[in-house]
Amino acid sequence: MKKLAAAIVIILLWNACKTNTEKKILPIYGSREPVTKVVNGQTVTDTIYQTIPPFKFINQYGDSISDKNLDGKIYVADFFFTSCPSICPIMQRNMLNVYKAYKDTGDVKIISYTIDPKYDSVKVLKKYADKLGVTGNAWWFLQGKKDNTYELAEKSYLVAVKQDSTVKGGYTHQGYFVLVDRQKRVRGAYDGTNPQQVAQLIDDIKSLKTEPASATK
Amino acid sequence: MKLKHFIVIVFLLVIVGAIASCQSDEQLEFNRYYSAGRVVYQSHCQNCHGAQGEGLQGLIPPLTDSAYLKINKNILACSVNNGLKGKIIIKGREFDGTMPSNDLAPINLAMALTYVTNSFGNKLGVITSGQVEKDLSACK
Repeated sequence: MKKLAAAIVIILLWNACKTNTEKKILPIYGSREPVTKVVNGQTVTDTIYQTIPPFKFINQYGDSISDKNLDGKIYVADFFFTSCPSICPIMQRNMLNVYKAYKDTGDVKIISYTIDPKYDSVKVLKKYADKLGVTGNAWWFLQGKKDNTYELAEKSYLVAVKQDSTVKGGYTHQGYFVLVDRQKRVRGAYDGTNPQQVAQLIDDIKSLKTEPASATK
Repeated sequence: MKLKHFIVIVFLLVIVGAIASCQSDEQLEFNRYYSAGRVVYQSHCQNCHGAQGEGLQGLIPPLTDSAYLKINKNILACSVNNGLKGKIIIKGREFDGTMPSNDLAPINLAMALTYVTNSFGNKLGVITSGQVEKDLSACK
């Protein structure tokens, strides 16, 4: 009887260990297409996932930033504008937690694209970053052509933004934080106005960091 | 003699009772303003100023500067409805942003201001709808 109890305890402990070490694998978002090719005489079907396409913007320091600067990095993207009176302050308050968690790691970045590039010049973005207490290169505020930004938002990051003179501030946009992996694939979208979801994001970045850089199918 | 004593005691009790009920009327009014004010605050102010009135870094000032609120008590209504622009010093730090304007009815404004000026470590008492109407008519 004692042996049986001991066996049960051991099994339970074993199972507890197993669930603890089990890795969480985040889903891959966006469209995908199967590609069939012949490798070494064998037909292999591979999947090509949607990725963030090349772009070129300017950050708050006036440096030119392209998709190349994000090669091999995990990053979180959002869309905002500095004069935004509605959801931006609460988004940035939550994003600060992501920033504080990963600013010194080097391989995690935050990208905030302005959807009002006409007003949000490099100077305005720098002042904004300073006031927010953001220094260094872990969090970039990017300014680029409006059309490019909107297209990137809707087609690649799958976040809706639009100019709307009927709302305060002149723009409507969704407050999503979009998580992008080292291969530039969208791996998660979190409501940036919701502290619990942002905590989940901070957690999910951890699991993403453990993924090998080459492939997760 | 005993009757006289009795009358005096009853008289005193009536006075004490009147004062007590008076105070609780004030307390009731305060509670009504304060709890409704929390709802107004959540829907109109909290996004920027935060659930604890903490503000946002150097961008949005906190609402915890009791001295500022006390000095500016009579222009708070104007600041909220007309917005604020230019430099202000809050808790010894300079803020130079823009607060957007609002279009709150005096009663809602009074409730929100009562909530703010009696939360986050502030204790300025009730700001009534009548007071707000008076303050609004004197906006610069």
